[in-house]
Amino acid sequence: MEAVLFFLAAIGALGGAIGVVAFRNPFYGVLALIVHLFALAVLFLLLTAAFVAAAQVVVYAGAVMVLYVFVVAYVGEAHEPAWESIPGQRLLAPLLGAALFVELSIAVLGSSLKALGTDGPDVSPGFGDPTAIGRLLLERFLLPFEATSILLLLAAVGAVVLAGRRDEGAVAGAPGPASAGTPRERGPDEADAGAGAAVLGGSS
Amino acid sequence: MNAEWYVVLSSLLFAVGAMGILLRRSPIVILLCLELMLNAGNLALVAFSRMVGNQQGQVFALVVMVVAACEVVVGLGLIVAIFRRRLPLDVDELRELRG
Repeated sequence: MEAVLFFLAAIGALGGAIGVVAFRNPFYGVLALIVHLFALAVLFLLLTAAFVAAAQVVVYAGAVMVLYVFVVAYVGEAHEPAWESIPGQRLLAPLLGAALFVELSIAVLGSSLKALGTDGPDVSPGFGDPTAIGRLLLERFLLPFEATSILLLLAAVGAVVLAGRRDEGAVAGAPGPASAGTPRERGPDEADAGAGAAVLGGSS
Repeated sequence: MNAEWYVVLSSLLFAVGAMGILLRRSPIVILLCLELMLNAGNLALVAFSRMVGNQQGQVFALVVMVVAACEVVVGLGLIVAIFRRRLPLDVDELRELRG
């Protein structure tokens, strides 16, 4: 039963991953990644990591993917050009990916980890449930926990600075190529080297 | 299931994500492939945590999840900023910092 569930989830995770790489439309790529994340949550459950599985579904498949869907809908479907700027890229990339897989497998399986071929020790029923993980997070790993919260705050502020609207005074000197009919915000010219400065000026 | 199945699956997923980064040119898809690689690392962390019988690896996986969320937020902010400046969303054309 466990083996059947493992192989089903592994096929789902692998199919989702290949779908992310293969779909030309980024929207389908996001949907494939959601399938991949759900399959990974099943694998986490098989590994008795209930809280990590729940966080995976709620945080990743819920919140982060909604962010992706919003941005893909905002940016629109990018038409990826058919030509290769690096000669042989289509051929070389899968070759290097396969080489990386072989190398990683040799590195892990060739290591002399004793427990690698076992199911792992028998664990108590509370292994990996929210109580145990919360106790670890708030007692032993309190400092890393607070550090990640500061990191989240920094990332949120950084995203607002990066993507926030600039006020009109910052871009008044460089009128954008405002093509008629598009509801986009006008911005500085493409060749404007001070684009980053405009962002900083607009935020202050 | 043996722990080595999980570890081999995680290295396979990591290799697929790395291949996607080498192959694709849209920055959104490259961010998605980065997610694949981070999740492969998470799977290996949780598998090793189960193998040793220690829950600290799961805490590590949760921290990796938070870092991935931060990376997504900043990356998508950059993509929106690039889009607003009418620059092409193609990593081969955004090469001013290449030197």
